[in-house]
Amino acid sequence: MTQAIVNETRKRNTLLRKLLKNKLASIGLIIVTMMGIVAIFAPLIATHPPNEMIVGKSFLPMNTEGHLLGTDNYGRDLFSRLVYGTRISMIVGIAAVLFGAVFGTLLGLVAGYFGGRIDSIIMRTMDGLFAFPFILLAITLMTVLGQGLVNVIVAIGIANIPGFARLVRGQVLSVKEEEFIEVTHSLGATHKRIIFSHILPNCLAPLIVYGTMSTAGAIISEAALSFLGLGVQPPTASWGSILKDGKDFLVLNPQMATFSGICILLTVLGINLLGDGLRDALDPKMKV
Amino acid sequence: MGSFILKRLVNLIPTLLIVGIIVFIITRMIPGDPASVMLGPQASVEDVANLREELGLNKSMPSQFISYVGDLAQLNLGYSYSYSESVIGLIIERFPNTVVLALAALLIAVVIGIPAGIVAARKQNTMIDYVVMLVSLVGVSMPIFWLGIMLVLFFSVNLGWFPATGMGNISDGLWTYLKHLILPAFALATIPMATFARITRSSMLEVISQDYIKTARSKGIKEYLVIGKHAFKNALTPILTVLGMQISNLLGGAVLTETIFSWPGMGRLIVDAIDKRDFVVVQGTVIFIAFIFVLINLVVDVLYKVVNPKVNLESDGGKK
Repeated sequence: MTQAIVNETRKRNTLLRKLLKNKLASIGLIIVTMMGIVAIFAPLIATHPPNEMIVGKSFLPMNTEGHLLGTDNYGRDLFSRLVYGTRISMIVGIAAVLFGAVFGTLLGLVAGYFGGRIDSIIMRTMDGLFAFPFILLAITLMTVLGQGLVNVIVAIGIANIPGFARLVRGQVLSVKEEEFIEVTHSLGATHKRIIFSHILPNCLAPLIVYGTMSTAGAIISEAALSFLGLGVQPPTASWGSILKDGKDFLVLNPQMATFSGICILLTVLGINLLGDGLRDALDPKMKV
Repeated sequence: MGSFILKRLVNLIPTLLIVGIIVFIITRMIPGDPASVMLGPQASVEDVANLREELGLNKSMPSQFISYVGDLAQLNLGYSYSYSESVIGLIIERFPNTVVLALAALLIAVVIGIPAGIVAARKQNTMIDYVVMLVSLVGVSMPIFWLGIMLVLFFSVNLGWFPATGMGNISDGLWTYLKHLILPAFALATIPMATFARITRSSMLEVISQDYIKTARSKGIKEYLVIGKHAFKNALTPILTVLGMQISNLLGGAVLTETIFSWPGMGRLIVDAIDKRDFVVVQGTVIFIAFIFVLINLVVDVLYKVVNPKVNLESDGGKK
C-alpha cells in the first residue's frame, strides 16, 4: 500500500517535472494558476461590487476616481466586472467539460466494451451530434433551455459529449485486446470491475489531455453565447457579455471590448499551452 | 472508387436520420407553447390556435414526427411568419453569402497557413519558426468575435480603410465587394489558418526526416522540388483531415462573424431568428447546416481516399 502511494507520488512528480521543463507549458500553467487565483479570490481582488451602478459615472476613462479600467455604460467598475467574469469562465469551463467527460466517457466505455448493437446505437447518435458545428449545437440548445449559468453548462456539456465518447471508445477498443484484460476476465472479474478498475485507468492520459483542450473550447463557447445574448443572465458579469456591451460603444469606450477580449484570449492561450505540454508529457502520439 | 462513394452515401442515411431526430427532440423541448412564444404576449387566442394547427402541434408526437420526416424528404422546411417567406426560400437567399464568406476564409487560411507551416518546418528552431509558431498559437486561441470587433475598431473606425458592416454588391464594382469581404473573411480565417500552419509544420517535420527525402536531396534534386513534390504530397493526408474539421469551424464561426459584420448569411439568419423566437427558421437552418456539414465530410473523405488510396475508410464508417 505504502509502495503504491510512493509510486503514484513519483508518477505525479515526473509529470510535473516534465511540464516545468517545457517552457511554454510552464507559461500556460502560470496563466491558468493566476486565473484560478483571481476566480477564487475575486471578492478580495475586485475594487468595487461588480454590479454596482453609479449614476452619472458612465464611461469613465482608465485610472479615474479609483476605477483602474474605468467604468462601463451603466457606471459599473470594469476591472471588478472582469475579475468576477473570470469566475464565470472558470466555472463554465470546468463544469461543462466535466459534464461532457462524465457522460461521454460512460457512453464510450459501454460502446467500446460491449460492442455490437449497443455500440452501433451509441456511436450513430454521437455521429448525429457531431454533425452539428459545436457552437451551433450549443446555440440551439440555449435557445430551448433559456439563459442562465446552469443551462450554459448543460448546453456546452452536451456539445462536448460526442468528442469524449469517440475518444474513450477508441481507447477501450485497443485496451480491451490487451492480455491482462483477458486474464482478469478469466479470473471471474465482473464487467463493471473490468471497465472501471482496469480499462478506465488506461484511458486517463488521453482523457486528461483532451479535457484540458476542451476547457479552452468551453470558455470560448461561453463567451460566444454570452456575446450573442444567450449566456448568463444580466447583470452577472461575464467576459462575453462585457464584450457584447462594449461592441455598441467601441468609439466612446474601447476598453470594454478590448480588455474583455484580452482576458478570454489570455486564458484560452494559457489552457492551450498547458494542454500542449500535457499532451507532450503524457501522450506524445495523440493528435488533438 | 465509385462503390466507395456509393457506400458512404448509403451510410449517410442513418446519420441524417439521427440528425433529424436530434433537431426534432431539441425543438420539442421548448418550454411552454412554441406558438404562443413565437407570436408573443399580444397574440390573440385564435391566432395562437391557428398557428398551432399550422405547425401541427395539435397532433400526437409520433404523427408530428412522421409529417416532419415527410416534409424534410420533400425539402419543405416550413414557413416563417416573421419573414413571411418559406424557410427554404430564406436559405436559398442567404446560403450563397455564407459560402462566399467561408470560401474566402478558407482561401486565406490555406494560402497563408500552409506555406507558413512549410517555411517553419524548413527553418526549424530559427527565429522564423518561433514567430510562426507563436502567432499560430495565439491564432488557435483567438475568440474570433473579439478579433472581428478589434478589426472593425482599427481598420474601419480608426483608419477608415474598410466598411465596418454589410455585404457589398458586385454590381458596384469588384473592389467595393472585396472591401466588404476582407475583414469578415480574415476574422473567420484566423483559427483555420493557425491550425493549418501548426499541422503542416508537424507533418512536414515528420516527412522531411524520412530516408527517401534524404535520398532525393543526395540525388541533387532542387530543394523546392524536394519540398513541393516529394515531401508536401506525403504530408498532405493529416492536412486534409484537419481541413474537414476546419469546415465545421467555418460554418460555426460564420454564426459569430456574420453577427459582428452584419453579413447577410445563414449565421446572421439563425441569430435573428432566435431574437424573433422564430423556431421554424431555427429548426430549418440548423438542420440544413448539419446536412451540409455531413455532405462536406463525405467530400473530404473521398479526397482523403484520392490522396491516400491505401486508407480504408469503409470499415470505420464514422465509428471512430
